[in-house]
Amino acid sequence: MTRQTSLPGLRYAPQILTLLVVLGLSASLFPGFLNVEIANGRLYGSLIDILNRGAPVALLAIGMTLVIATKGIDLSVGAVMAICGAVAAATVTTTGSALQAVALALAVGLACGLWNGVLVAVAGIQPIIATLILMVAGRGIAQLITEGTILTFTNESLVFLGSGALLSMPTPILIWITAAALAMLLVRRTALGMLIEAIGINRRASTLSGVNSGILLVCVYMIAGLCAAVAGTIAAADIKGADANNAGLWLELDAILAVVIGGTSLLGGRFTLLGSMLGAMIIQSVNTSILISGFPPEFNLVIKALIIILILLIQSPALRARLKPVRRKQGQGETSILVKP
Amino acid sequence: MKTRHLPFAATLVIFILAYGLCYTQFPAMLSTRVIGNLLTDNAFLGIAAVGMTFVIISGGIDLSIGSVIAFTGVFIAVMLKTTGLHPLTVFALVLAVTCLFGAAMGAVIHFLEMPPFIVTLAGMFLARGLAFVLSTDSVPISHEFYGTLQDIFWRMPGKGRLTLIGGIMLVTVGLGMLIAHRTRFGANVYALGGGQATARLMGVPIAATTVGIYALSGFLAGLSGIVFSLYTSAGYSLSAVGVELDAIAAVVIGGTLLTGGSGYIAGTLFGVFIMGLIQTYIIFDGSLSSWWTKIVIGLLLLLFILLQKGLTWASSRGFGPAHRTA
Amino acid sequence: MVQTPTHRAQSLEASAPLLHGLGITKAFPGALALDNVDFVLKAGEVHALLGENGAGKSTLIKCLTGVHRLDGGSILLDGSAIAPRSTQDAQDHGIGTVYQEVNLLPNLTVAENLYLGRQPTRFGVVDSRKMNRDASALLAQYDLHIDVTEDLGSYSVAIQQIIAIARAVDLSGKVLILDEPTASLDAHEVRLLFDVVRRLKARGLGIVFISHFLDQVFEISDTITVLRNGQKVGTCPTEGLGRLELVAMMLGRELEEETREHGKVHANTGPVQFSFKGFGRKGRIEPFDLEIRKGEAIGIAGLLGSGRTETAETLFGIHAADSGKAMIGTTEVSLPTPRSAVLEGFGFCPEDRKVDGIIADLSIRENIILALQALRGWTKPIPRKEQNAIADKYIKALDIRTTDREKPIGQLSGGNQQKAILARWLATHPRFLILDEPTRGIDVGAHAEIIRLIEELCDQGMSLLVISSELEELTVYSHRIIVVRDRKHVAELTGKEITTAAVVDAIAGNQPAAQERAQ
Repeated sequence: MTRQTSLPGLRYAPQILTLLVVLGLSASLFPGFLNVEIANGRLYGSLIDILNRGAPVALLAIGMTLVIATKGIDLSVGAVMAICGAVAAATVTTTGSALQAVALALAVGLACGLWNGVLVAVAGIQPIIATLILMVAGRGIAQLITEGTILTFTNESLVFLGSGALLSMPTPILIWITAAALAMLLVRRTALGMLIEAIGINRRASTLSGVNSGILLVCVYMIAGLCAAVAGTIAAADIKGADANNAGLWLELDAILAVVIGGTSLLGGRFTLLGSMLGAMIIQSVNTSILISGFPPEFNLVIKALIIILILLIQSPALRARLKPVRRKQGQGETSILVKP
Repeated sequence: MKTRHLPFAATLVIFILAYGLCYTQFPAMLSTRVIGNLLTDNAFLGIAAVGMTFVIISGGIDLSIGSVIAFTGVFIAVMLKTTGLHPLTVFALVLAVTCLFGAAMGAVIHFLEMPPFIVTLAGMFLARGLAFVLSTDSVPISHEFYGTLQDIFWRMPGKGRLTLIGGIMLVTVGLGMLIAHRTRFGANVYALGGGQATARLMGVPIAATTVGIYALSGFLAGLSGIVFSLYTSAGYSLSAVGVELDAIAAVVIGGTLLTGGSGYIAGTLFGVFIMGLIQTYIIFDGSLSSWWTKIVIGLLLLLFILLQKGLTWASSRGFGPAHRTA
Repeated sequence: MVQTPTHRAQSLEASAPLLHGLGITKAFPGALALDNVDFVLKAGEVHALLGENGAGKSTLIKCLTGVHRLDGGSILLDGSAIAPRSTQDAQDHGIGTVYQEVNLLPNLTVAENLYLGRQPTRFGVVDSRKMNRDASALLAQYDLHIDVTEDLGSYSVAIQQIIAIARAVDLSGKVLILDEPTASLDAHEVRLLFDVVRRLKARGLGIVFISHFLDQVFEISDTITVLRNGQKVGTCPTEGLGRLELVAMMLGRELEEETREHGKVHANTGPVQFSFKGFGRKGRIEPFDLEIRKGEAIGIAGLLGSGRTETAETLFGIHAADSGKAMIGTTEVSLPTPRSAVLEGFGFCPEDRKVDGIIADLSIRENIILALQALRGWTKPIPRKEQNAIADKYIKALDIRTTDREKPIGQLSGGNQQKAILARWLATHPRFLILDEPTRGIDVGAHAEIIRLIEELCDQGMSLLVISSELEELTVYSHRIIVVRDRKHVAELTGKEITTAAVVDAIAGNQPAAQERAQ
């Protein structure tokens, strides 16, 4: 199962194929699914909706990908979203400055990431346990900031982040695509990506090679916190208010799922941000399709479960060992993406 | 005192201190009535947390608990509404289903060598999804047998009521303690948490134990669902969201090591009590907001995780009472 | 040296062997781990199994206890052939094993550890009282009177070790294999353990004892078998065997052979570049003084566990020194972490490549540039072209055999992995390079290349510290050899003094060879 990077198109074939199947199925069931139109200087249509609604999960998945690549996990991102949304809302209602609100929200997100990172890298607590603390307490902190109410605001600049449009493209789409592009540049144009993978595969050997593993780990959790802050600000701006109870609820699980669907192994190491973005879009396509179909939105839980089970089967080392002779005959391109050697 | 009792002792001390604090402010909290309510209100959480304790002691995690509780409630409500089956028959049926559901997750975890986190995450989605498939609305339960069950209670001295579901929780905790400490299965669960490779070398049947642990957790989640439906007289697919988190918190605050291998069922009971106490205090106070519950629970989680980290660190350094030669 | 089974059988004593391994052969991909090894254990005997790392000791144990399947040969227990399929199976046959890292569960009580899976029950419920009583009685046989309801982990390693022995003997009862049981025990605890071993010996058990502490081997064993490179060097009674003779057997030097003199008769006279004074760390290596000149190769010799790797780890900041000071030229430096050492121009090729060296899933290229990249910092990525050039340069210079520099390094053979790790450090142009067992587990061709490379690097002015149990090699390229014993630097050999015989003498305890042989 060697990973050949020579054919990048082929590498994401399963994800692209899945996405096309979901979209195709919806298009055949609901005529007009693929239509995109402009009204009031803004693009509308199901496809745009998928890109727009998928923004929080895509943003969370950026940070989550990096955290998972280090062999970690961050359960707190949903709660951090709620905290940062609350901070942004509270700031904008007291100061009236959207810039200040966003800056403070991002700073709080970074601080949350720092907290998680220190627990993991310095205190040596298992990531799943360390981030559980903020997952539980975070929502309480968010409610403390909003004082239990849905803190509404009307500041236009801030609302613009959630429901505005630039060059007829909804702002959240621009934000998450820009963030993803920046993150890809950051990890692939610097040595960060390679060093993160090295830590995830063998932290001890990396440290012995002079890699500053501790500081890098903290940085990665801070990036996850920052992504959650951006997602939380967008989510708050979208509904013109901070809902501490529901903002980002269970989105950490969607983000983990997006990363896994994208082809990054939960065991750490090699990661792909592009794959995770595709994963996020697959999840959102399923969500949107079910919404359009008239089923209650919670129905996609069954579909999500089925997707996870499918991935489990494909990723399972034990099952792969048993199927090995068969697999080889069937050609490896199909599965090599979802499977970590 | 033995080192392994230290986290449990810490739980107990915190509980007593917390109750003492509550008492000084609201003397009314020291009554069997409050205690009875504490038991009744937290019965479903306590039962589910017993299952979670087994899972966590074995070094795993079960995220499906809340969804299974909701599924159980909906299943019971729909069955009672659409068929003429007696509630007891339905209970037996649903317990078999949830038990098998847990066993299936255990089998996937063991035989496909997948992390429990992601397997039970799938289980969480699946159970919640199946609940939705059964019914998306809240289905009321009006069977007269339910009324009978709900009316069963034992009046404690001081007019407090120990309800049936509170009693079921206490019995579950008792049986859980028996299984954990007085059966071979229980010893195997601890062995698994102590180190799977070593446990295998020592002849522990890993496959049977893993499947058994998740089956037990599924069974108890089902029982918890039954109790929850008795508590609410309804089955609703959106209920019991996040109970798995509360259960994990109760287990950790009860002194069980999240990395597995060490913990007490009795500790979990007090973990549940502490969480219930915080809520009761907030209700008594009236001016405090409900979110303080989450923050205080988060702080307690941090405290216990750091305490256990400290204990592990101390014993690996050979400090304190942890190291001795005969 | 290898005898046929029939020949072997004739030479046996009258007392029938308890456990008899005949022509045991085990091959791993690319290496023959055990080559036709015969092994005879009698009842009531303590049989020491000796050899350096990679000699085949643990492979032999794993073959006897069912962890590995044999590729050739057979195992007889009490005269009948057995083929254990698992440790469990071996245990049922009567062969029990106790490892260095106690293979018991520290989170269970002592009694539970002794009876896990076979607890006495009454009405389906474990009868704890009976179990605890039985456990106390069982341990009393070993003169161990402890609270069996305490967690195992709360007792010292020595007590745990004895409990593990009690369990193994209780379960198996014929053969007891002790794999490095004394590695983490102090002198008092070793005595405690040896009392138990003697007791069991008197009960007629056959005991295999593996240790790298020669004093202990001489104290407790009746017979010694030495393995080297997967072959049996010989079996002889402990009584009458000289210490020097034994070390020579282990390190592969025939005593009769003429001592060869080697090229480095002139000591290196370059300027002192690194000096360490009173450098050490409690519990790992006693404080030592060390001066390293430019272009000098220093060899560290000693048996496994003597403190040679600990010396390297302290120098490189892996287990930072807690005493003494380090100077580079005339400036004092501190080396609290590996990174600080790397920034000072140090490099370290670890002994355990898989755990401490390679990043298995990363490509050969990425593994080679990793240290250089870490040195430059993540914000200054090495351009891909330069990465390719560096990787290609070292793949060619070190002759790393691979079809593709983008292949995951985990797929390379051990020797090529070793060379890639070496390349990782050479790419940083270190001033001081530490090599821990650079030639272990690699083929003869690669051996020669690495030796040649060490000499070349010295000529280029690099300072080297090489740890090796291959004394012949060490004497070829070292300007100076430091001998380590019992976590202390005990001797230093320079120039003409460097002969394998002198090194063996120093390792064995500094007694002149003649004196030892006369005994």
